[in-house]
Amino acid sequence: MSSSSQVTESWIASFCGLLGHEYFAEVSEDFIEDDFNLTGLQSQVPMYKEALEMILDVEPEDDDEDEEEEEEETGEEEELGDARAPGYRRAADRRHLRIASDLSVIESSAELLYGLIHQRYITSRPGIQQMAEKYELQHFGTCPRVHCNSCKVLPVGLNDSPGHETVKLFCPSCLDVYTPPNSRFQTVDGAFFGTTFPSLFFMTFTELDIGGGLRSNASATIDALAQLQAQTSEGKSRNTTPSNVTSINGVAPHNLAPGLGTGSIYEPRIYGFRVSERARSGPRMKWLRMRPQDVTELDETRRYWEDRDDDADRPDDDDLNMVDVAEGKAGVTADRRKKPIRTRRTRMGPALGAGAAAGSPMDTNGVGGPAG
Amino acid sequence: MESSHSIIPWFRAMILNSFEWPTRLQYEPGPTQRPGFISSRGNEYFCEIDEEYLTDRFNLTGLNTEVQYYQYALDLVTDVFDFDCDDDMREQIEKSARHLYGLVHARYIVTTRGLAKMLEKFKKSDFGKCPRVMCESQPLLPMGQSDVPNSSPVKLYCARCEDLYNPKSSRHAIIDGAYFGTSFHNILFQVYPAMQPPKSQRRFEPRVFGFKVHAAAALARWQSEQREGMKDRLRAIKLETGFEEEDEELEEDEEDEDMVEEGAEGAAAQL
Repeated sequence: MSSSSQVTESWIASFCGLLGHEYFAEVSEDFIEDDFNLTGLQSQVPMYKEALEMILDVEPEDDDEDEEEEEEETGEEEELGDARAPGYRRAADRRHLRIASDLSVIESSAELLYGLIHQRYITSRPGIQQMAEKYELQHFGTCPRVHCNSCKVLPVGLNDSPGHETVKLFCPSCLDVYTPPNSRFQTVDGAFFGTTFPSLFFMTFTELDIGGGLRSNASATIDALAQLQAQTSEGKSRNTTPSNVTSINGVAPHNLAPGLGTGSIYEPRIYGFRVSERARSGPRMKWLRMRPQDVTELDETRRYWEDRDDDADRPDDDDLNMVDVAEGKAGVTADRRKKPIRTRRTRMGPALGAGAAAGSPMDTNGVGGPAG
Repeated sequence: MESSHSIIPWFRAMILNSFEWPTRLQYEPGPTQRPGFISSRGNEYFCEIDEEYLTDRFNLTGLNTEVQYYQYALDLVTDVFDFDCDDDMREQIEKSARHLYGLVHARYIVTTRGLAKMLEKFKKSDFGKCPRVMCESQPLLPMGQSDVPNSSPVKLYCARCEDLYNPKSSRHAIIDGAYFGTSFHNILFQVYPAMQPPKSQRRFEPRVFGFKVHAAAALARWQSEQREGMKDRLRAIKLETGFEEEDEELEEDEEDEDMVEEGAEGAAAQL
């Protein structure tokens, strides 16, 4: 065994240390070694076995090789009979050459395989926890949008299969996607992060305060500016959401697109006068950054049934309601939507830092996931 | 009238060499000169102001109270500076000159010639491209959130999503927004309506394992309602909505999809 793999760092660590690979988490070897996690990848990655060995820094064992070589030898001799140089090379030498020529192919296969495993890993419990630490340290950067007040972003793919789009950044504050500011990320495939990860992340860590956070890290000028903006936007936005609403469609109202809504929409002005919607070049895109002042407007089921008089098919109040209110404060009004309802498990989900022990990331209950 | 060769070398030097003084103005670079001062780049956003415009006193109305050492600063800017002073003073005047240039710049870029110059820079994407994925690299325009100096740094306006973004580079983030003003980018599209990009209705839909995230999807549906309301208002007064044509088809698809979903939801609710 001619082992040279344990000289420095592992393949995974060196891969994640490359320039432009700052968004990657280091997938634990346990995860890769579990065959279940690799289901279906064999057909997507050329030279799968070699790539996997490279990722895990496994040197193929000599005994096996010798057997393989002996078998191969006869075959290859026949194939290469004509081409072979007169000086007959020993089998081991030939193997060495073959590997050298294939090395770049295996290397790129390994990167592809690692990326696809990574996409799965970061939606697993240890993986999402690892990404949460990177998120806290702001490894993924901040939203370029002015009204998002440098909200921290997460990497996202626009496609789950490789070769389509490069990695993008998802901002939870405006629910939009942005191109990373540095061009070095334009070589990273978005599929290595996948479409699911950021949404699942914020479903998992429901207690994160999306809007706030960064200000202490920012430089003094940006800091002052952000505060100024926050003040003006707070002054402008008359938030009419009843204060006892603690969850709308499975999300706390203050975490539902906090960067959108009145005060966070750009108002075009010329010499102080607003540009009318009726002007040919007037504003047309305000809807993109709108958010209802009373978020209970987004409770579609309730609105649907409020529009209909026939009570025959009306479901129970429990099923009718995607709004959670703080208990004890309920009954302020006779409004049906403010009745106390079941508390959803999501709210008791894991707080970041306290460890993601309490809830599985797969738990989408009450977040209006697949089945609603 | 003024061709480019007559533009005062100071401007060219300032724009091309990033505030480094042209050699014939070069003052003995004393040890007190701050390196950050000289090396501060980021003047890609500025255009060259015509000499003619700068020497017309009318265009400078009111700036004498805004800029310290106004007369010296103006002399420096118009390349007739010959005042012997110490380094500290010199530095002060240079600072004032930059400030003055910025404030005149804000006025200049809303003139016909200024707009034309900025339009060329816009076409070359000198101000960068929109980071929003759905805007497909729409060129940006610089703008300020206030016309009052020193209140906020320059921001970038995307005409496609009509939103404001922070410049990528920190060397741009320190430029005063008042050097561009709150009106310039809107005036540009009033004057050159053809430069207005078609608006896109495409948007990002957060999904988990292929399923739309309900909270985000509900908000998106609500926003679509607002958009359709606006379109109806525009149609009522027979105005073009300015949205991409291909979106109409997309929209119909969406509506079909929504109806199917609604049906499914209704069925689920009945159960």
